[in-house]
Amino acid sequence: MEILDILISASFWAAAIRIATPLILATMGELICERAGVLNLGIEGIMVAGAFAGWMAVYSGTGLWVGVAVAMVVGMGFGLLHSVLTVPFGLSQHVVGLGVTLLATSSTYYAYRLALPQVNSPPKIDAFQPYEIPLLSDIPLLGQALFSQTPFTYLAFALVAATSVMLYRTPVGLAVRAAGESPAAVAAQGLSVTAIRMGAVIVGSGFMAMGGAFLTMSAFDSFFFEMVNGRGWICIALVVFGSWMPGKALLGAVLFAAFDALQIRVQQTGFGADIPYQIFLMAPYILSIVALVLVSRRAQVPAALMVPFNKGER
Amino acid sequence: MRLEPIADPSLARSIAPPAIAIIATVVIASLLAMLAGANPFSVLGLILKGAFGSQFALLETLNRATPLIFTGLAIAVAFKAKFWNIGAEAQLYAGALITVVLGTGALPWPSFALIPALAIGAVLAGAVVLLVPAILKTRFGVDEVVTTLLFNFIFLLFISMLLEGPLKDPMGMGWPKSARLISEARLPRIFDGLRLHWGFALALLCACAVWVIQTRSTLGYEMRAVGLNRDAAAFAGIPVNAVLVKTALLSGGLAALAGFSEVAGLKGSLTLDLSPGFGYTGIIVAMLALLNPLGVIVSALFVAGIFVGADSMSRAAGVPTYLADMMLATALLLMVLAIMLTRFRVVRD
Repeated sequence: MEILDILISASFWAAAIRIATPLILATMGELICERAGVLNLGIEGIMVAGAFAGWMAVYSGTGLWVGVAVAMVVGMGFGLLHSVLTVPFGLSQHVVGLGVTLLATSSTYYAYRLALPQVNSPPKIDAFQPYEIPLLSDIPLLGQALFSQTPFTYLAFALVAATSVMLYRTPVGLAVRAAGESPAAVAAQGLSVTAIRMGAVIVGSGFMAMGGAFLTMSAFDSFFFEMVNGRGWICIALVVFGSWMPGKALLGAVLFAAFDALQIRVQQTGFGADIPYQIFLMAPYILSIVALVLVSRRAQVPAALMVPFNKGER
Repeated sequence: MRLEPIADPSLARSIAPPAIAIIATVVIASLLAMLAGANPFSVLGLILKGAFGSQFALLETLNRATPLIFTGLAIAVAFKAKFWNIGAEAQLYAGALITVVLGTGALPWPSFALIPALAIGAVLAGAVVLLVPAILKTRFGVDEVVTTLLFNFIFLLFISMLLEGPLKDPMGMGWPKSARLISEARLPRIFDGLRLHWGFALALLCACAVWVIQTRSTLGYEMRAVGLNRDAAAFAGIPVNAVLVKTALLSGGLAALAGFSEVAGLKGSLTLDLSPGFGYTGIIVAMLALLNPLGVIVSALFVAGIFVGADSMSRAAGVPTYLADMMLATALLLMVLAIMLTRFRVVRD
């Protein structure tokens, strides 16, 4: 009964959309990389770097949107590193990705310690505030859930639409998808597979960093260690769950976030108080694995995912 | 640009890129330490002194290398068959869990029986933990990268639940910590008075055993064949899925020994900070060793040396300790690039 009450409350759905936002951004980033044929396991570290860079920029006096741009540029920097190593040099995408995650995470923590040597608790910034879209926010339930979020969340939804249009309605998107399916055909058209894949990884990494920045600039107003806490890995699962399609991946992110918001609330009910809290924290990860089991058989994996392309080799 | 294989690389070609990678890592680390106000020219010396400069430092490095040899072997075995086990951290904790469950009084046996029983129990636990992603992969086609990664989070929460519930030490002053092992369950020291336990010897033994399996057994041959080309291996009649499952069992068991040796040899009880990411660092160890089991020993010592040395250097020079992780990440990325450049040349077109 209590669970039903939770499910029909507007504040629950508003929380779900808020929790979904960083996942949506980073999932779109990963999806673009993988559609071009590159698995980017740097995602977890790039989100950490983005979270710090955006927050630090605002803390040092820039505007909020400039902070978002700074986070994006930092993410693109790590994307450049990843793509140089994995695309023209064709190195193992698993190893490079994990290396980029370690490098991005440790250099972020290093920079944090250098920038703020003697603080016990990290300073706060004036984060993004919710903006109620006129008229739309008056719709019952939906209005509060979807149209009373911060502008950062609206940006995330806009980026899903933009990614979808880019992938399916533009020549660039066709080239990206072809690079992930049949790079030899792309090369035969006189296009550079290297340039397409590198571009996709760099842009995708920028999106991942924005996902991280949402945590410090909209969900919270400060930077903490361990704040990303495996969200990047969840996004890798969400891309598979969404069968490499932006719309389905968005749906997956919202469902996952709704489940996450639900477990937090059920913990506080009478029935949830008797269960160890770790069970609730485990549930989203277990759910992700179950979801993968259900969809993996049917998933349309990009045919050239994780296959390096070396021109002239056949 | 494009890459062209070199038919038979010269000696210089084989040595120069890795050497440059190591030198570049040291230079980058020195510059980073300079950002934090340290003297860049003292960095290398302080790291070497901190890692190998005294008996205490050396033993510390060997102790740190022990779990890394186990996890490095676990990754080397798995990656050789292109089974991407990123979950050595979970398997390590599985081994540690069995060690405290059986070693805190449940089995009142003498050392010579109890210690092997704990080690075998740990191996089985780790193997079972990795068996789940292996079966999900072979049966349902679920990518093992995602499942093994997510398992790390699930398993750590599971351990946390046990440490705050049934396994909690009543004498632990409220800390989430298991009871201590009985003295019969503790791994003795190799030399009297020196802080180095038999876990290190076991790690060396495992490295040799894995080398024998990989180079001298049918399973090793099949694992390499599956790693090189799964379709070709299947065409040649190798049961690919069965080989992947066997690889997973071996890999999970090896990673679990890291947990066993840390608990039984060093810590004596299980806490949530038992492993500062040994499972993930094992990937670096294995890659730097080119997935060679004997090379894993050398690269584990190198990585442990960076950790111990950079830690001591950071304290001496007032540099944030995250420098050690940055050095390792840099070394890893430059080294995989360097190793590729020993076999390929870059050609402009």
